[in-house]
Amino acid sequence: MTQRIVIPFGPQHPVLPEPIHFDLVLEDEHVVEALPTIGYVHRGLERLIEKREYPEYVYIVERTCGICSFIHSLTYCQGIEQIMGIEVPERAHFLRTIWSEYSRLHSHLLWLGCFADGIGFENLFMGAWRIRESILDVLEQTTGGRVIQSSCKVGGVRRDISAEKLDQMARDLDGIQKEIEDLTTVFLQDDSIRHRLKNVGVLSKEDAYHLGAVGPTARGSGVAIDLRQTGYAAYDKLHFEAVTEKDGDCYARCAVRARELFTSIDLIKQAIAKIPEGPVDIKVTGAPNGEYFSRSEQPRGELVHYLRGNGTKFLARSRIRTPTLTNVPPLVKMIQGCELADVPVIILSIDPCIGCMER
Amino acid sequence: MKYEAQTTTLVEVGRLIGRVEQFRSDGCRLVQISATKNGEMYEINYSFDKDYKFENIRITIPIDQEVPSISGMYWGAFVYENEMHDLFGIQVKGINIDYKGNLIKTTIKYPFGAGAVLKGEKP
Repeated sequence: MTQRIVIPFGPQHPVLPEPIHFDLVLEDEHVVEALPTIGYVHRGLERLIEKREYPEYVYIVERTCGICSFIHSLTYCQGIEQIMGIEVPERAHFLRTIWSEYSRLHSHLLWLGCFADGIGFENLFMGAWRIRESILDVLEQTTGGRVIQSSCKVGGVRRDISAEKLDQMARDLDGIQKEIEDLTTVFLQDDSIRHRLKNVGVLSKEDAYHLGAVGPTARGSGVAIDLRQTGYAAYDKLHFEAVTEKDGDCYARCAVRARELFTSIDLIKQAIAKIPEGPVDIKVTGAPNGEYFSRSEQPRGELVHYLRGNGTKFLARSRIRTPTLTNVPPLVKMIQGCELADVPVIILSIDPCIGCMER
Repeated sequence: MKYEAQTTTLVEVGRLIGRVEQFRSDGCRLVQISATKNGEMYEINYSFDKDYKFENIRITIPIDQEVPSISGMYWGAFVYENEMHDLFGIQVKGINIDYKGNLIKTTIKYPFGAGAVLKGEKP
């Protein structure tokens, strides 16, 4: 009988910018069991709701994540607006959608770069991050911030984008699209990458669904869950199909993100073409009294903000369920049965955001 | 802009497992489990989704009452149930992977629980 040994993986590891730990039970080089441990940097942000008035809490919420910060603030604001019955101007919904998709572009490009770095393809890493810079430039020009934008508020958005700037953004996206085509061609067709990712970390469609996988982790296994289909913000005015792959391996999850870059560009162009004139915010008075589970589609998947107001300026509860937390059980299943050398690639393939998870 | 319709149904603790089994057999996925402190009681929300239809069931328990685990039906529930224990001090019976208080490391025991005194607060 082969002797079993336990190898600690993480919390510090070259492929992990943030801490997560696995106890890997091995038979030779074969992983037979994986036990995750999180909670190394839990920040307790949710309890700050008791000390910050609900309009101020937007600044806390968007600091849950240093990548998808805008979508956190959008999800929170939408929840408060639903509880208070606030009708946000239509233009604000479109601006929120545009910034959400730029956030998705920047997040997916960041991940593609990190993933390339993780498999030792440094040139591709630099190529992905070079394109990401042009996305961050637009976010900075239109909101004032590269990753922490603070442009979303309860009742609308803080900034408008001029018609000239929107036209320029649409034109620039044509050039960015061409660059992304060149980049993703390498990701999806290069032999060395296919060899490294194909049939590695396979998650079946049934496991993905019942274990709670969301985002590209679920869609890579053929589960077409994309909360944008529920029509929040301005998504009900735009047309798109959820990107799915069916193989459920690391390559499929990579391919979903690569193809979603083009979906995001298309959605931004549609939003720019359809954005109406008008105000971008309304004055908000009063305090929320009620509860709502506000859901949205982050780059990593379904995000849930549970919000409960008690009629005062301070909410009674804010609970943030991030996509990485719910992607941990599917990750455990992916690792079981793989080779030890594949573990870093498989962990990277769910695009783990520990900062989000340890909110 | 569309807001999705959401339903919350109150369930007795003794009927929780039966209701969750029904969600599972209906093909719903588990979205989340979360606890909320409400005076001297805890409310626990179990949220499910199928085809973008969001449903929530809620149990209300005294601070010291144990709740059954649903990880037998939804294997991934262990992350939420261990989190509830580590942050709120809620005892969950029968978790498939029970970290016994070691999933989330905090300087204060049960920082979200009743009676937790945070830095700068008066007891």
